[in-house]
Amino acid sequence: MEPFVKQSGIVAPMDRANIDTDMIIPKQFLKSIKRSGFGPNLFDELRYLDEGQPDADNSGRPLNPDFVLNQARYQGAQVLLARENFGCGSSREHAPWALEDFGFRTVIAPSYADIFFNNSFKNGLLPIVLDEETVDMLFKEVEANEGYELIIDLENQNIVKPNGDSIAFEVDSFRKHCLLNGLDDIGLTLQDADDIKAYEDKRRQSSPWLFDQVK
Amino acid sequence: MAKTLYDKLWDQHVVKTRDDGTALIYIDRQLLHEVTSPQAFEGLRIAGRKPWRLDANLATPDHNVPTTKTERDVGIEGIVDPVSKIQVKTLDENCDEFGIVEFKMKDIRQGIVHVVGPEQGATLPGMTVVCGDSHTATHGAFAALAHGIGTSEVEHVLATQCLIQRKMKNLLINVEGELGAGITGKDVVLHVIGLIGTAGGNGCAMEFGGSAIRSMSMEGRMTMCNMAIEAGARVGMVAFDEITAEYVKGRPYAPKGADWEKAVDAWADLKSDADAQFDKVVEVKAEDIKPQVTWGTSPEMVTTIDGFVPKLEEAKDDVERSGFERAYKYMGLEPGQAITDIDLDRVFIGSCTNSRIEDLRAAAAVAKGNKVAETLKQALVVPGSGLVKEQAEKEGLDKIFIEAGFEWREPGCSMCLAMNADKLGSGEHCASTSNRNFEGRQGYGGRTHLVSPAMAAAAAIAGHFVDVRQFELVK
Repeated sequence: MEPFVKQSGIVAPMDRANIDTDMIIPKQFLKSIKRSGFGPNLFDELRYLDEGQPDADNSGRPLNPDFVLNQARYQGAQVLLARENFGCGSSREHAPWALEDFGFRTVIAPSYADIFFNNSFKNGLLPIVLDEETVDMLFKEVEANEGYELIIDLENQNIVKPNGDSIAFEVDSFRKHCLLNGLDDIGLTLQDADDIKAYEDKRRQSSPWLFDQVK
Repeated sequence: MAKTLYDKLWDQHVVKTRDDGTALIYIDRQLLHEVTSPQAFEGLRIAGRKPWRLDANLATPDHNVPTTKTERDVGIEGIVDPVSKIQVKTLDENCDEFGIVEFKMKDIRQGIVHVVGPEQGATLPGMTVVCGDSHTATHGAFAALAHGIGTSEVEHVLATQCLIQRKMKNLLINVEGELGAGITGKDVVLHVIGLIGTAGGNGCAMEFGGSAIRSMSMEGRMTMCNMAIEAGARVGMVAFDEITAEYVKGRPYAPKGADWEKAVDAWADLKSDADAQFDKVVEVKAEDIKPQVTWGTSPEMVTTIDGFVPKLEEAKDDVERSGFERAYKYMGLEPGQAITDIDLDRVFIGSCTNSRIEDLRAAAAVAKGNKVAETLKQALVVPGSGLVKEQAEKEGLDKIFIEAGFEWREPGCSMCLAMNADKLGSGEHCASTSNRNFEGRQGYGGRTHLVSPAMAAAAAIAGHFVDVRQFELVK
C-alpha cells in the first residue's frame, strides 16, 4: 500500500447523498480477478452514455457531458467531495480500488457506510468526515472557484484551503499509523500469533463443535 | 453488568484489546465466494502465507453462476460469459490449491452463501461469521455476530483467523404485537428502513427483538437480518430461542449427541439481558405494518401497497428533494402516482434475502391455479440452493410455478445483481424479492421494486402491484 502523508489536489464535487457502491463500480466489472484497472469504469453509468462492458476499450465511448468528472475544470481531481452516507450498499472493495485507480486519494463527506469506510483505509484512500455545514461550505467554494485545490495533511490532521484557512479532522490513530506508513495489517496481527493460538485452544476446549471439519 | 446480545458475542470473541480501543476479534467461520476472494488468495500467494485454519472456511460459487439448466448441466465450461467463467474457475483452483472445502457448481449443496451456511449448520449460534459480502448480516438470525467485509479483510481472516475491530453501538428494533396475515419479515425490515433511513443504523449492531420477532420463523428472521445493511447496520441479530434450536438441530455440521446438549446450554444465554442498555431503541408496532413496496432507487424510498410515490413537498430537506427528483426520472414515475398503477415487465423471486423454502412456499401459494399476466416478459423463480430446489420439487412447488407461467431455475444470486445472464432491460420495471433497488443494480437502466415473495407472485399474476391480503378478491 502506498503511504499517505500529505497530498494536494483538485476537488471534484458530487452533490449527492447515498452514493452507493453499485454506482461507484457497477457489478459487471467485479468479474475481474485483479485489484487494478478499475479506474476507467469508476462511476461508469453516470460517466458514459452507453453501457460499459468488462475488458472493453473505454476510450471511444460517448461521455456524459453533465457528469462532474467529465468537466474540464475537474480533470486530474484527487479529492472527491460528496454528501452523507457515501459508499453505502455492497461490501465490494472494488469501490475504493476504482476510486484509487482513477486517481482519488481522499474523499470528504459528512458520513460513510461502515464497510466502505473500513475498506478505504486498507487501500491508501483517506475518507474524511466533516460536519454538514463545512461540507456545504466546501461545495459552494469549489463551485465558485475553478481549479480549487485542498491540501490534505494527514500527519497533522488538517485540511488547508486555498486562502490558507485550515480545517481539522479526526482519524483513528491505528488507521492513521497504517496509512502514514503504508503498513499491511496482516503482518501486524501476526505479531500476536501466540495470543490467537492461546484463545483458539481455549475455544476448542469449551466449544469443540466449532472446530469440526466441514466436508 | 447487564449486557446486550452484541456485548456478549463481542466479549466472547476478544483475543486482545489494544490501547487505541480496537480489539483483535476471533472469527469462527468464513464463507467464501468467487467475486470477492480471488484477490485475497492472490495476496496470500504473493506474501507466501498459508490459511490459519482451513476448517473455518467454506466456499461456494454463487454470484456468476448461470441459472438455466442447459448451461448448468455442462458445468463450468457451460458458462457462456468468459469473464464469469474465469472467476468461477479461479475459486475452484484457489480452494483446491489451499485445501478449502468448496461446494462446487455441480454439487447439490451449492447455492447462495447466505442460504448454504445456515442450511448446512455451518452457521451456528454464538459464532462470529464473516464473508466478503455485505449480506452476511443474514447469519445474525442465529444469534451469531455476522457481518460483511472487504477483500483485504477476507485475506486478513484467511491469514490470521482474526479481524481488527472497534466495538459498534447497540441498536434495538423492538417489534411488539402480532403481524397481520400476509405480512412477512421482508415487510418488517422494509418498514424499519423506511423509518430510520439507509444510514439509520450506521455504526450500530442492530438487534431485532419483541414479541413479533419471537414468533417469527428462522427464514423470516434471516430476511430481516439480511437487510440490516440496507439500514446501514453491518450487523443484524436475533436472540437464540427454541425456534433457532429447532432449525439448527440435525443439520450436517451442527453438534451431535452430548455436544448438542452442551451447545444448547451455552446458547441459552445468547440474548440481551432484560435490563441491558441500548444506545438507541426504535419501537415498532407490528399491527402498523402493511405490505411494503419500494418506489425509488434507495431502499428507504419505500411505501405501502396502498401508498403513492411521494410528492416533492414531502421531502425533508434539499438533499432528499434532489434525491426524489433523480429517482422520479430514473424510475419513470410521477409524484403522487399510486403504487398499484405501476405496470411491471418482469418479476424476480430469489436472492439471499428471499429464496429459502418458506419464501418459495409463500409465492407458490399465491401462484397456485393462476397464470402470470400476459403483459409480463418474464417471471423468474430462482431457489437459493440445490437443496432448497430439491425440497421445493419434492413438494411440487416447481410444477405450480411452471404451470402458472414462471420459469423455474437453478440456484444462484441471479437477477439480484445481474452478474450472470439474468438481468433487466433498460427502463423495465421489476417486482423483486431481492434487497437493493439501486440504479442499474438489476441491469443497466433497470427499475427495481422490492417486495416480499407473496407480493411478487401476486404482482406477476396481476401484471401490476396488488395487495396480497386482498388477492383472493382480485383474482
